[in-house]
Amino acid sequence: MNEEQALKRLVIDDTVYETRFTPKFEKRKPYVAPNPNLVLAYIPGVIVDIHVKPGQRVKWGDRLLILEAMKMKNDIPSPRDGIVKRILVEKGQMVGKHQPLVEFE
Amino acid sequence: MSFKQRMLDFFNRKRSVQLGGGEQAIKKQISMGKLTARERIKMLLDEGSFHEYDLFVEHKCQDFGMDKKNLPADGVITGTGKISGHPVCIFAQDFTVAGGSLGLMHAKKITKIMDHAVKLGVPLIGINDSGGARIQEGVNSLAGYGEIFYRNTLASGVIPQISVILGPCAGGAVYSPALTDFVFVVDKISKMFITGPEVIKTVLGEDISMEELGGARVHTTISGNAHFFAASEHECFEQIKKLVSFIPWNNRKKADPFPPKPPRKGQPIESIIPTEPTVPYDVRSIIRAVCDDSDFFEIHEHWAANIVVGFARMNGETVGVVGNQPLVLAGVLDVDSSDKAARFIRFCDAFNVPLVTFVDLPGYLPGVDQEHSGVIRHGAKVLYAYSEATVPKITVILRKAYGGGYIAMCSRHLGADFVFAWPTAEIAVMGPEGAANIIFRNEIAAAPDPDAVRKQKIQEYTEKFANPYIAAANGHIDAVIEPAETRDFIIHAIEVAAHKIESRPRKKHGIPPF
Repeated sequence: MNEEQALKRLVIDDTVYETRFTPKFEKRKPYVAPNPNLVLAYIPGVIVDIHVKPGQRVKWGDRLLILEAMKMKNDIPSPRDGIVKRILVEKGQMVGKHQPLVEFE
Repeated sequence: MSFKQRMLDFFNRKRSVQLGGGEQAIKKQISMGKLTARERIKMLLDEGSFHEYDLFVEHKCQDFGMDKKNLPADGVITGTGKISGHPVCIFAQDFTVAGGSLGLMHAKKITKIMDHAVKLGVPLIGINDSGGARIQEGVNSLAGYGEIFYRNTLASGVIPQISVILGPCAGGAVYSPALTDFVFVVDKISKMFITGPEVIKTVLGEDISMEELGGARVHTTISGNAHFFAASEHECFEQIKKLVSFIPWNNRKKADPFPPKPPRKGQPIESIIPTEPTVPYDVRSIIRAVCDDSDFFEIHEHWAANIVVGFARMNGETVGVVGNQPLVLAGVLDVDSSDKAARFIRFCDAFNVPLVTFVDLPGYLPGVDQEHSGVIRHGAKVLYAYSEATVPKITVILRKAYGGGYIAMCSRHLGADFVFAWPTAEIAVMGPEGAANIIFRNEIAAAPDPDAVRKQKIQEYTEKFANPYIAAANGHIDAVIEPAETRDFIIHAIEVAAHKIESRPRKKHGIPPF
């Protein structure tokens, strides 16, 4: 369980420390600012229905698609008013958490 | 029936039940690389010390053909015994009997031995090897789990509770170990999860093996659910024996003292630490250089390794040691290391184990993932646990003690009884680089040669603040000591603080930032 590791650099308050990293720290994902034009899956599941088409104008709260997860059919409502640019998934497709579903213009 | 007949009848009954699920099932258990429940108990306890109870308990289920099924001892062995002379209560689920499934009577045997453990004031050891709830018994098996969790909670902080995962432990069953103080797992044998790979696959479409999802390595390196990793069941039992030697029987007692032993001869303590505060070393070398026989028993060794926690002895008496580990992530406090330290501190406080803290950290770990994972809430657990603890608290500042990290690591302000610092200690709001860049920001920016001015200002700050003497001048630390005096100061501090009385406002219980 104790593999020897090379020392790496960690900066805290402008000081550079030589140290090892934990596996969890190595695997941490860099922060990406959310793209306001994308609707993401908040839970992994299956797309069972799509209610909008590209080019369609939708209002806040309009039903975009239905994502079935944990045996529940979840409405994915539009997070804002706008025009649908692309649908990034197909009916029957399995999607992962945070996978983009719909793109707005 | 004559006496002889009665005895023969008794021996036959006993033998039949003690065979568990029968020879076929035992063969299968062995083919999975596992020992049987009885072998496990025998290996763990002192020879001949195990006394079994409730051998003839039978299930009462009438449904789904269960009325025709005989489940010997209802799939769990319970009793009392000794580990190196220390009394313990123990139960071991028997996978050879209906997959060790938990039904009403199985649970009743467990809760009965748990009640005994609390009443007698001795540690409880649970060996888990079970397919889960006995589905034929329906809600009664759920009730059984609930009764166990309730007792785990009531016993928490009263008697030490040890869980050993030697097989599957899935679904609701995982919550009993989760409520106990120490969880032991064995490579390729232990499997713990709430929902298994199959459910995850059908519901979420994520593909993962049982080992990658909830194997021994996962829980000792990633999730932190387990405290001890062993390559074999035998090694696991040796770890348990060692742990039991360090902890008291219950919260009214102290751990049994051992004959005092000096640390083993090794590297001189003052040569372990590099003076440059950015160069790492293994804090465990410091711990081993001061404790009896250089014997440090580490807990959670492979998880959140940026902090080190475990038991050692000073002059024969058990102490709980917490140390920042500069070798990993520069020894920072973060979400996981805060969790790890806080839980250990609370165990020590509950069971009358003095705390010795070695400090060398640059502060809390910066980063979006940390902030979003709640490093504020988790970090607060360390402050809470140290402040709440009334056992003797001794702190040794080895090198860096910056900012919030200085406060959190059992500073005087959180009620440390004694705070010692080495001459290499730097007790300040932050490291000289960061501090100089803030204090002299304008001067540095306006200078014709900013780098030269920055260097000079860092130097000035280092000379003025990067030492223990300002903290000493304010009485925040009690003594600046030579590294070679560390053991002597700690032993003396524990001796004089042995009968300390610290009262707290009356309350039902506090509300730690869980």
